[in-house]
Amino acid sequence: MADTKTTKTNSAGVRRRDFLATGAAALAVGITGFPAILRAQAAPVKIGLIHPVSGFIAFSGSQCRAGAEMAIADINAAGGIKSMGGAMIEAMLADSQGKPDIGAAEVTKMTEAGVHGIVAGYSSAISLATSQEAAKTNTPHVVDVGVSDSIVTRGLANTFRFGPGYGKVAEMAVANLDTINKAAGSPAKTAMIVHEESLFGTGTAELLSKQLPGIGIEVVDVIKHANPTRDFTNIALQIKSKKPDLIIPANYYNEYVLLARTLRQQKIEAMGIYSVLGGAASNLQFVNEFPEAAELIMDCNHWYDPKSEVALARRKAAEAKGLVYTYEVFLAYNAVAFLADAIDRAGSTDQDAVNAALASSTWDQHGMPYGPTKMVNGQNEGAQPVNTQVQKGAIEVVYPEQFASAETVFPMKM
Amino acid sequence: MKSTNKLLVLIVVFGLIALAPLLITQESLLNIVIMTLYAALLGQAWNILGGYGGQVSFGHAAYFGTGAYTVAVLQIQFGINPWIGLAVGGFAASAVGAFIGFCTFRYGLRGSYFALVTLAFAEVLRILSNSVDFTGAGVGLLIPLERSAANFQFLTKAGFFWVIWAMTFAAFLTVWKIGNSRFGAQLMAVRDNEDAARALGVDAFRVKMGAIMLSGFFAGLAGVFYAQYFLYLDPYIAYGAAISVESLLVPIIGGMGTLFGPLLGAAALHGLSELSRAVIGDAPGISLVLYGVLLVIMVLFVPRGLAGLSSHLRVGKPATPKTEEGKGHA
Amino acid sequence: MPDSAIIIPSILNGLTTGGLYALVALGLTLIYGVLHIINFAHGALLMLGLYAVYFLNAQFGIDPYVALLIVPPAMFALGYGLQRGIIGRASHGRDENILLVTLGLSIIIENLALFFFRSDTRTVDTPYSFDVIEIFGAFLPYPKVVAFVGALVTAALLWLLMSHTDLGRAIRALAKERKGAQLVGIDADHVFAMSFGLGVACLGVAACLLLPSYYVNPQVGGGFVLIAFTIVVLGGMGSFVGALVGGLIIGVVEAMGGLFLGESLGQLGIFVIFILVLIFRPTGLFGAKA
Repeated sequence: MADTKTTKTNSAGVRRRDFLATGAAALAVGITGFPAILRAQAAPVKIGLIHPVSGFIAFSGSQCRAGAEMAIADINAAGGIKSMGGAMIEAMLADSQGKPDIGAAEVTKMTEAGVHGIVAGYSSAISLATSQEAAKTNTPHVVDVGVSDSIVTRGLANTFRFGPGYGKVAEMAVANLDTINKAAGSPAKTAMIVHEESLFGTGTAELLSKQLPGIGIEVVDVIKHANPTRDFTNIALQIKSKKPDLIIPANYYNEYVLLARTLRQQKIEAMGIYSVLGGAASNLQFVNEFPEAAELIMDCNHWYDPKSEVALARRKAAEAKGLVYTYEVFLAYNAVAFLADAIDRAGSTDQDAVNAALASSTWDQHGMPYGPTKMVNGQNEGAQPVNTQVQKGAIEVVYPEQFASAETVFPMKM
Repeated sequence: MKSTNKLLVLIVVFGLIALAPLLITQESLLNIVIMTLYAALLGQAWNILGGYGGQVSFGHAAYFGTGAYTVAVLQIQFGINPWIGLAVGGFAASAVGAFIGFCTFRYGLRGSYFALVTLAFAEVLRILSNSVDFTGAGVGLLIPLERSAANFQFLTKAGFFWVIWAMTFAAFLTVWKIGNSRFGAQLMAVRDNEDAARALGVDAFRVKMGAIMLSGFFAGLAGVFYAQYFLYLDPYIAYGAAISVESLLVPIIGGMGTLFGPLLGAAALHGLSELSRAVIGDAPGISLVLYGVLLVIMVLFVPRGLAGLSSHLRVGKPATPKTEEGKGHA
Repeated sequence: MPDSAIIIPSILNGLTTGGLYALVALGLTLIYGVLHIINFAHGALLMLGLYAVYFLNAQFGIDPYVALLIVPPAMFALGYGLQRGIIGRASHGRDENILLVTLGLSIIIENLALFFFRSDTRTVDTPYSFDVIEIFGAFLPYPKVVAFVGALVTAALLWLLMSHTDLGRAIRALAKERKGAQLVGIDADHVFAMSFGLGVACLGVAACLLLPSYYVNPQVGGGFVLIAFTIVVLGGMGSFVGALVGGLIIGVVEAMGGLFLGESLGQLGIFVIFILVLIFRPTGLFGAKA
């Protein structure tokens, strides 16, 4: 394949599209005055970014790509991989179109083109395919978002996940809910779970419905819905008739919008709407478009540490570029930065060395509520979701306390 | 072409394809060959029913998904070796074909009615696989990673190549055989004019049942291959509309009712897709726009499929049978 | 078992949702009934219509219902051009070519939308987005009630057009007997393009009435295509009354399926009905004899 051939020079053999993307960043660096001679000496470090930028999950895929590209631009602007003579990072971009087979094929192409590490896949299904393909050549692979726990439990030595899986998220969601509920005098006694039918919603809902009774919250019903579900009135009616204290959605943005709108139309009142892995309180777009409907909704989801300077600066930079700062952006950003840090510490792009550096990473420049990185079998043990709540049109972290920017308001109807 | 000549060409073509793993050192290129053969298998499966039998199906995912889920479920839930699962998967898909065929042909569904009902059957299977436990419902099924040939998980792409090569070759040989058999003659007679065929004493129902079961079998094999190659299935991957569309796109582009059509179609589609991805930058979706444009251009200028084009150039008359000709716009 | 108190509201809601489905299906049944085209681009064209409504609202503050004056005519022109310029030419008299070309068109349209409009899900905020009308204890969202009425009106207009105008008579003649119609001097290419244009214009109406209670992104059409086909088959291909009644039935079946089987498995009801109708009454409820 002509388009995957590569040479040692900076641009000649690199896939045109990759060059277009990284060329601009490199140019910017050139202008800001890094010594040109330094770049000419160090061969670039190639990081493959495989995301579903077309197809059904294109929005999340493009958000991931944007975050990852920001990370590369920042690292290059700060002098590249220092231990390797300031080697610039070069992005190799690929579109998985939302299909695992295409994602895997792109991994094969990239490894042949000499990629040094891969950040992929957004969806769990694609991450499973890309990581096992990368494992054949032992190419370091960092999963940015895929939350299925099978991604890291297969014993692949090249596969790492910086963010939490859904096992951890469900566990924290239940534990945090318990604390919040008890602090309010345990008003919530029943809950209803509304989840989408694919891997993340189903997996999360199963874990939640097992664990919620343990904290004294009875799950009165679990409603699984299709993607797309064109109308949520039926679901709202069922919620209305069961009158749960808590409504726990786990679904994608489109369905969430319809659900939230329908809950209002059907005049359903609950003590709380508590989304897990998704929801209004971790989605700035929703908060901006439906401020009234979003008010006091709570999520347990990926979110940055609002007390971290690093995190706030990144959000500002992303928003300056016109990006909506969703969790995809910062998770993918961190996946790339985490990989770059490991390459820097390894001092080379040798796969074993980079994998070892990833495994022993204690990196902490992530602006996430994770603490220093601690990898166990490829999973960052410190990674955890936090609880957020929409308060006066802004997303606030309300729990755990050390990261909180506001107090929890619960129950939301007084 | 005479039928023995066709066989000769077939053997030569697959002989040449067999050189691929010897000549190609790049795994990514070999992967394209593998995926092309896989698409050709799927397309040839569709071609048996749609091209030779004239029963256009919009729901071949029903057979593909059944093959894929069978091999995965047997392995995961019962610990049965995937090589056994391969055969079982094929037959299970064939059985689904028999069921759908029985429900539809018995009531004389034809044309777009048949097409739409197959689509609905595939959707029913997708919804069911999304709801029952043994398919893992929405969570899907992950086949444990244990790379060994005995486990149908080859260490190299070459191993997968030989499996898909053999299965696709078998499908093509079968179709060659159909073209020369009494069964095939009856099948094509039913396609060209079902009522006339009946009048001549052809048992149209039986013939169509034979075609749908064979078609289902090979589509099921393609599903088994997919499952073992990528090791993860969920209801959308297995029973989603994308597979149904791919199975009909390949032979229609290549030439319906022709032996080589599915191979030409698979090569053309994968070629188009690789080409548009190589030519276009990474602006989201633009390579797919080009792919769509090329598709429309092909239909505008090569209306009988690629196989029709090649024989048109050679002998000056279309190779595709006069199925839809003369039916006007419909 | 669901609470019996919610069954009536659920049925009423199913009816209004069914009205929306019927709107999408009306265009499809026209195209199918006349041109015998299985139009794979139907969903993509609906998506284009929704974007038109969205941008008219976002850029010029035009209310989606006011956009009814703009979007359907524009969609008509688009449909006429597509049929005349591309689909008709590509058919070469073969069904499978039409299938391929409409598939190709849908890939092109969806990905162009992805490129130009990006993949964000967008919604319009109208003053009545959250309004409801209370009937028999059920809260029916105002936009859906409007859509329901819109479906009735559109079906009636189409029926009038088909039965009382020269164009309608030409379309019906062509649908029934192509060669004969051409012999009596009907310009087939023009009338086919008019029919396709009308079908796409119906999608324009559907888009205006759908967006206030829904959203738009480049993939949004896919969710309506299958259901529209189901309705067309159920009602009888080419029958407007059938599309309307079929839409309402499917809306209620979906609601009841969701209530009694669960929202995910409940989708089964739609397809089971589809299969049963095709097998036992392939001409649909209101279709002419095959």
